[in-house]
Amino acid sequence: MKYKYIEHVADLKFQAFGKSLEEAFANAAIALYDFVTKTEQIEPKIEEKIEVESEDNKSLLYDFLEQFLFLIDTKQFLLHEIKEIKITRKNHDKLKLTAIAVGDTADGKYEIGGDVKAVTYNDMFIKKEKDQYIIQVLMDI
Amino acid sequence: MRLIEVKMSELVTKYNITKVDKCIYEIPKTGGMRVPTLLFLSESLLNKVEEGAMLQAKNVATMPGIQKAAIAMPDMHEGYGFPIGGVAAMDLETGCISPGGIGYDINCGVRMLATPLTKDDVMPKARQIVESIFSHVPCGVGSKSDIKLTQDELNKVLNNGAKWAVENGYGNEDDLKHCESSGCLPDANADYVSSRAKERGKNQLDTLGAGNHFLEVQYVDKIFDAEVAKGFGIEKEGQITVMIHCGSRGLGHQVCSDFIREMEKTHAELLQQLPDRQLIYAPLGSDLAKRYFGAMCAAANFAWCNRHIIAHRVRDAFKEVFNIKPEELKTVYDVAHNIAKIEEHVIDGKKKKVMMHRKGATRAFPPGHPEIPAAYKEIGQPALLPGTMGTASYVLVGTQKGLEMAFGSTAHGAGRAMSRHGALRQFRGEAVKKQLEAENIIVRSASWKGIAEEAPKAYKDVDEVIKATEGSGICKIVARVRPICVVKG
Repeated sequence: MKYKYIEHVADLKFQAFGKSLEEAFANAAIALYDFVTKTEQIEPKIEEKIEVESEDNKSLLYDFLEQFLFLIDTKQFLLHEIKEIKITRKNHDKLKLTAIAVGDTADGKYEIGGDVKAVTYNDMFIKKEKDQYIIQVLMDI
Repeated sequence: MRLIEVKMSELVTKYNITKVDKCIYEIPKTGGMRVPTLLFLSESLLNKVEEGAMLQAKNVATMPGIQKAAIAMPDMHEGYGFPIGGVAAMDLETGCISPGGIGYDINCGVRMLATPLTKDDVMPKARQIVESIFSHVPCGVGSKSDIKLTQDELNKVLNNGAKWAVENGYGNEDDLKHCESSGCLPDANADYVSSRAKERGKNQLDTLGAGNHFLEVQYVDKIFDAEVAKGFGIEKEGQITVMIHCGSRGLGHQVCSDFIREMEKTHAELLQQLPDRQLIYAPLGSDLAKRYFGAMCAAANFAWCNRHIIAHRVRDAFKEVFNIKPEELKTVYDVAHNIAKIEEHVIDGKKKKVMMHRKGATRAFPPGHPEIPAAYKEIGQPALLPGTMGTASYVLVGTQKGLEMAFGSTAHGAGRAMSRHGALRQFRGEAVKKQLEAENIIVRSASWKGIAEEAPKAYKDVDEVIKATEGSGICKIVARVRPICVVKG
């Protein structure tokens, strides 16, 4: 399972899973986009480079997901998959994430069913259980 | 989520909730709370509040500089940071400003227009008007505006709000007079809005967006207070009105997000102390608070300009279908429900300026208040409460008790009762549309999913919210309107 949606009265809440932190982050992006549209239906036509630097895991996740909200609003970018995702610790304890987002522009070609306004920290967690990373996010919709 | 199932008696006991007046409950000051929390709820609504929302309402009372009481409105539900329906007044010297007390959709709000048409004029052409509005107002995810703004023009929108629209040929001066703060907060400073936020917003002026945002053609179903209604331009039952509900789009969301992130970095020490990271704040008087407030005001201006231009498009559609002049559609009012403003309130018997936070709460000032339009001085400020697609919306008016008990605030809508996923599982967009059409409500949406998520049954009963609003005395009901056509993002 890549992710699962969790009941929330007003907003979009989900948990994403992965064998690595990177995989869990990538699945969180898929969970976000599967709410907006269906990632599997999006053609892998264009690539967007993602690069974020943040002070801790939670803010890294926040900033990473926000990149996609920015891409939706400014370029109508829809995600198919995340490639080459890498999280590294830089000096001064900063975390850096790089990835390539593969997808297409909406251009009226795909049905878009959901709008996400923002990432929130509400009930956010990132943890490792046995061999699996689990992250939980609540997004404002 | 199991917590939702906690019975009222348990939650009331757990939070030590006591009844202080009709439809007013109190969570007494305990632990880190600086003031008590007041809940404006009927017994039945109190029964439905999720524990998450109750906890958030309590958390607001811990914020520095909070005055009198943290307030939760009748439509309160779980948000992030503040609950939705959360109101708080902060001292300008010892207090703070928190993006979590305003929300991501800065100046999400409602504008209402009154027309000279009646239900009999519009019903036969309902399909035409809904199609015409749908083609004039871009809506749905990723919808783009025909208005192309240069950087310089966007800055003017941010600094001047709805005034920019009038200067550029949209709407008129009379609209501005019937808009909260005349559609422009003077403390706005476009220089404090990041280029990222501007980038997200530059193609979104004149767009409705998606989610719970809507545009409705409605008829006046019942007038409760004829004199006040007449003052607002609501003359008779059967009269056609238009309601526009939207906000500051991606620009506002990004402003909120940018400053949450900056406040976290600047005040990292607070992260350990706060009950919720989403309650991060900047102390009033600091440079960061000044910049956030300036940027927030700019985003609020963007939203007012947005609703103003959308109203202009609605006038075009009415001209096309009913051949009536744009000025025959008059603005009843335009009111924000996600905003922070500097307001004067009486605290401990003295007049005092505070940083008023309203998140999912509508300002509702009583007659005689200096901040309401001259035309409404004698009758009070209209508060607009949108319901859901199939149900009623309300026009209320502010009261002195509301000013004294709730800092001149009231509810902002029905409030969700069911998750969007729950709604999607339970309802199909096509079926909801059919059901509404059987009730003579035509729905036009950019997506089926949007219709299902916003199904009337996914919301609390707006009538129950109204009962608590009037029952507690914070507002009076003026008129009820029901939809004929609904345009959704």
